[in-house]
Amino acid sequence: MIKLILETGEEYVGESIGSPIDNIYSLGELVFNTSMTGYQEILSDPSYCDQIVVMTYPLIGNYGVNKDDFESLSPALKGMVVRECAPIGSNWRNEYSLSELLKRFKIPGIAGIDTRELTKKIRDKGVMKAALTPIDFSLDEAKKILSLPLQSNQIQRVSTKSPIHFPGEGERIILMDFGYKKNILRSLLKRNCDVVVVPWDASVEMIQSYRPQGILLSNGPGDPKGVPEVLPVIKELQKSYPMFAICMGHQLFALANGANTEKLKFGHRGANHPVKDLKLGKVFMSSQNHGYAVTTESVANSELEVTQININDKTVEGLKHKTLPSFSVQYHPEACPGPEDTAWLFDDFLSSIRKN
Amino acid sequence: MGINQKLKKVLVIGSGPIVIGQAAEFDYSGTQAVKSLIEEGVEVVLVNSNPATIMTDKETAHKVYIEPLTKAFLLKILHKEKPDGLLPTLGGQTALNLAVKLEEEGHLKRLGVELLGCRVETIQKAEDRKLFKELMLEIGEPVPESRIITSLDEALEFTGRIGFPVIIRPAFTLGGTGGGIAEDEAALRTLTAAGLAASPIQQCLLERSIAGFKEVEYEVIRDSNDNCIIVCNMENIDPVGVHTGDSIVVAPSQTLSDREYQLLRTSALKIIRSLKIEGGCNVQYALDPHSYQYYVIEVNPRVSRSSALASKATGYPIAKIAAKIALGLTLDEIINPVTKKTFACFEPALDYVVTKIPRWPFDKFISANRRLGTQMKATGEIMALGRTMEESLLKAVRSLEIGLYHLELPGFQGKPKAEIIKKISMQDDERLFAISEAMRIGVSTKEIHELTKIDFFFLEKIQNIIKMERELTQKKMDPALALKAKRMGFSDHYIARAWGTREREIYDWRKQHKISPVFKMVDTCAGEFESSTPYYYSTYESQDEVLASKKEKIIVLGSGPIRIGQGIEFDYATVHAIDAIRSMGYEAIIINNNPETVSTDFNISDRLYFEPLTVEDVFHIVEKEKPLGVIVQFGGQTAINLAEPLAERGVNILGTSTDDIDRAEDRRRFEELLRGLNIAQPLGCTVTSMKEAVEKSAHLGFPVIVRPSYVLGGRAMEIVYNEHELTDYMRRNVDINPTHPVLIDRYMIGREMEVDAICDGETVFIPGIMEHIEKAGVHSGDSIAVYPPQTVPKDIQDRLTETTLSIAKALNIKGLINLQFVIYKGDVFVLEVNPRASRTVPFLSKVTGVPMAKVATKAILGESLLKQGYFHGALEPKGDIAVKAPVFSFAKLTEVEIALGPEMKSTGEVMGRDKIFEKALHKAFVAAGVVIPESGTILATISDQDKEDSIQIFKRFSQVGFDFVATEGTAKILEAANIPVRKIARIGQSENDIITEIRSGRISLIINTISKGKNVESDGFKMRRVAVERGLLCLTSLDTTEALLRTIELNSYTMEPLS
Repeated sequence: MIKLILETGEEYVGESIGSPIDNIYSLGELVFNTSMTGYQEILSDPSYCDQIVVMTYPLIGNYGVNKDDFESLSPALKGMVVRECAPIGSNWRNEYSLSELLKRFKIPGIAGIDTRELTKKIRDKGVMKAALTPIDFSLDEAKKILSLPLQSNQIQRVSTKSPIHFPGEGERIILMDFGYKKNILRSLLKRNCDVVVVPWDASVEMIQSYRPQGILLSNGPGDPKGVPEVLPVIKELQKSYPMFAICMGHQLFALANGANTEKLKFGHRGANHPVKDLKLGKVFMSSQNHGYAVTTESVANSELEVTQININDKTVEGLKHKTLPSFSVQYHPEACPGPEDTAWLFDDFLSSIRKN
Repeated sequence: MGINQKLKKVLVIGSGPIVIGQAAEFDYSGTQAVKSLIEEGVEVVLVNSNPATIMTDKETAHKVYIEPLTKAFLLKILHKEKPDGLLPTLGGQTALNLAVKLEEEGHLKRLGVELLGCRVETIQKAEDRKLFKELMLEIGEPVPESRIITSLDEALEFTGRIGFPVIIRPAFTLGGTGGGIAEDEAALRTLTAAGLAASPIQQCLLERSIAGFKEVEYEVIRDSNDNCIIVCNMENIDPVGVHTGDSIVVAPSQTLSDREYQLLRTSALKIIRSLKIEGGCNVQYALDPHSYQYYVIEVNPRVSRSSALASKATGYPIAKIAAKIALGLTLDEIINPVTKKTFACFEPALDYVVTKIPRWPFDKFISANRRLGTQMKATGEIMALGRTMEESLLKAVRSLEIGLYHLELPGFQGKPKAEIIKKISMQDDERLFAISEAMRIGVSTKEIHELTKIDFFFLEKIQNIIKMERELTQKKMDPALALKAKRMGFSDHYIARAWGTREREIYDWRKQHKISPVFKMVDTCAGEFESSTPYYYSTYESQDEVLASKKEKIIVLGSGPIRIGQGIEFDYATVHAIDAIRSMGYEAIIINNNPETVSTDFNISDRLYFEPLTVEDVFHIVEKEKPLGVIVQFGGQTAINLAEPLAERGVNILGTSTDDIDRAEDRRRFEELLRGLNIAQPLGCTVTSMKEAVEKSAHLGFPVIVRPSYVLGGRAMEIVYNEHELTDYMRRNVDINPTHPVLIDRYMIGREMEVDAICDGETVFIPGIMEHIEKAGVHSGDSIAVYPPQTVPKDIQDRLTETTLSIAKALNIKGLINLQFVIYKGDVFVLEVNPRASRTVPFLSKVTGVPMAKVATKAILGESLLKQGYFHGALEPKGDIAVKAPVFSFAKLTEVEIALGPEMKSTGEVMGRDKIFEKALHKAFVAAGVVIPESGTILATISDQDKEDSIQIFKRFSQVGFDFVATEGTAKILEAANIPVRKIARIGQSENDIITEIRSGRISLIINTISKGKNVESDGFKMRRVAVERGLLCLTSLDTTEALLRTIELNSYTMEPLS
């Protein structure tokens, strides 16, 4: 048995499905994701670094874990909360169970609790801190831990430490790694790109030394304002190279160009978010995972313009530079998990490179 | 984009009568669509032939026509109404086919009517196998190797190349009529012949069988701006090989990884875009369980049964949105009616598991081939929601109302392994139960998987249930274990059995240990956004989401799955009751489990609980809501059966008291009542043993009508003509329900009459009396009913009225009552009294203008009939004559006897209405799909007892231009009456026997009355089945025949040479 203790002091007791946590605890920001499939991609997405993820769909682990669907080598989240975890996966690609995966990567997990109640709590009160603790962990101590601020160097921790080259015959793309999902890389490689993944703090000079044709700013965890040193690099690079930015990259792109970001109450995490492209007049389903967003009013005083908005809450989903061939989206066109409706953005990026 | 301003008036086509493959889901989608159009300010004209629908209430649309759904009648309406648009995508295949015909023949263009929702090319591309395959190849979507065939030779050529097994699918048919899987050449020959005959264009598709693949469906919506979304995907527990309508289905898919999910999602969007559908669409896939290989099986370019299921499963109202899209609105302009805060342009996220199980009619059609395949056989379905797969499945099982509270069929207990395995391989409606029984006796999931190809995920879940059964027997009265079992959906009924106690005790024990369900909301978004949908399901979790309300509440019990004998009529009455309750200022709460119906649309009531209709499940809601009372009389026998056990738990049953219900239903008490009132009924007796049956029947005098007590829709009822038939019947049926005895009545051949009445305890009001065309002995649900009576004298009608008044009063009826009578030699005898809403409520409500269920509900809630403007007595008929005709689904069910008898067989009904009786009859026949021959050859084989009566009928047929072929005996009487006749040999007696004659296509009508009760000569049975396969009209009652003849005579001229 294991306990989930919320910042508000509420406790949920459930069955331990992940790594055993005797005498320790796992502290993180509690968020929920409404995707009904894709748990393996979600838990290996580096953007969940330092978060405890509640899956709203009650049956998780049904099709097991396979070798292809990892979005990073090592999951960075602090815990998984599900209603029920399938003891064995049933799918032709299944290699081991979800529970086994959690154990391998030392991630604690809890099952058997009312995840819908938890989701509604997060919806009503906003994302909050929470800890997974042993069953006999004292509430007082938990409260003490939960009153401390969370760490803030997530990007630094998940980003590659040195450049990695993925050869291809086409355009050379620099993928700035703030915690990139593997499928961004796959999406580029599928289009024959020659990709160099560089650390989050790569300098302009270092990047230029690769003689790139385009820059892709990746997704990543945490607060975009936590890495101000990246902004001048982006500002400099966009002058010379077409740029495409995703999620965290999008927020950094916005900050670099004078717009602002803010924290959302409970973020957007799921595979069903409708995004409208203002130029095309069309709506696309998108896969999302972000707790911060670019504020609409700040865009007016920036070098940018809004290209896409969220149908439901009208938040900014896409931006482009007024004069330079740079653009960004808040969601995940690389999908995995989620709809593939906006994969064409990669083609747009490549054609902007060719035009350049 | 906004609404197309040219569309001021739109005509919506309904789907006609309920048949297998096209059921109540289209009343739901049609009603929703009409409301949705009206919301946008459009004038709506509706056409449908089915009176038992909410959509044909005159309040639903601006104008409602209950007319046959044929081109001729539709053209008249189009001329009269001159609509701007025609919306056919919400009325099933029937409406779509009609629209294609009207468009192809240029009528729509000529009349300036725009076809909405889809284009004719789209329908053709989706439905014509060849065009569909071409389109799929063009857009790079895989389809199984296939060939269109129009002859057997072509079929043989294909299998010569591809090998077996292959699937045969006839083009343009409902629910896959006539199709099947052929494992060898003999089967191929049979199925090809049947398939070609079933297809209106004599075309079939042969394709490589992909049986065993996962079957997955996607419900897609597209708007005119090319925005597309997936509302829901669903996975069939039964792999490819069983028609999706006959499959156990879960939503969302459970065993697909995100890659597989998105692979098919992307494909579905590509398909709906290439078909340019504006509205809802359904794409079915076969997915290889061992690779990414998939095939597109089928596309329905319209709202379907699956979209009704998807709407209820997700809360996303597909038909409502599709209707708005048809007007030109786009998804991002339409507000999500569930959250009211977000837009319709999103994909619902579920946080529960939905299970659908079909309801099959094999309890009625004992002889039917139960094997499930490409031909759909279910008449209805139920849906259940839970937070675990096990809970969802077990709730689904007890929603079926087949007398089961658990995944356990008593008949399988103690059977040897070999027999259970064989049963699993039979792939029939009981497979799920055979699987669970196999697990109980230790068969491995691996072995079961090999036999069925059912995914291990589902088998493991069933295995979990079996494991829990064992745990329960080992640890009795353990609260922690009980909670675990409840979270897996176990019923108190089962736990009580396992622990050797009574259900009620388990309930009380649970309460003491605080083991109670909570209710969760269905909100389309898994809790992400705040919603106020009043749509709930029970589960065992910590947080309850039902918001307390201070208003006074009334609970109405629905009627569960659609089955023969308990159809959409009961949902109609339920919805009306809810309306009336709300109009009186109470909150109306509905409990039901049928995803196809209007009553389970969450907009209908103040609260919808999607739950099994069992005492336990209902009582949980009663405890939660604390209503003033529960109304049981509108939900058919389902709800009535719950009255007594609920009352025992202290629930206030509103309307007729449970004691009075019992007085009407308990044979002995009812006899006493009638004796006291001095009202006659056919002599009868109640027996509990074979010996008693034989003795007492002899005393009554044969023929007698035999049945188990507490019947619904004439289940297992038979007329027997002698002792031999009686003992045979008893042997076959007497153990059906050991707690209830068998009833035997004298069978009186006479005119049958039906009366529905409303009573408030004081005043009894009779909206109308109906006369049946067929004599007593044909189930009232299968008879043609006529309002007002055409042949019954006033004094007899007055006696029916008096009798009804006195019985209703004596039974202290509060609400509705239905009575059936037989007129025998000028005397009135009571056949049956039902203290509840009957099948005829919608029909009679529509023809008399008395909203019977509403009036009855108000009466139940204390508003007297006098105050409502009604009186003690019968309403004088005025205006038109209306005819209600039954509709059958015999073509879908092989090896089913089609001859009419005391067992109900029809699945739906239609109404014909006109100034003249014959015209009303004509419309009813046409609406029922009867192709009325104007002239031609009649094949007649008449039983001895009917020979005399038949002569006059044959003479009249002869006068209007028919000639005859007949078997020996019948030929003799025709000859004797100077009617020219060609003799024909019985089956097998000559090369040119009856069967070859029918198959020759020379016959235009068959009249075949059966000699004696159940003494079915296999010849006649065979002949009738061949007739069904050939789509030939075969009448088994002289009364029906005479009615048909009248309509033929109406349209005929005399053909006499000058003399």
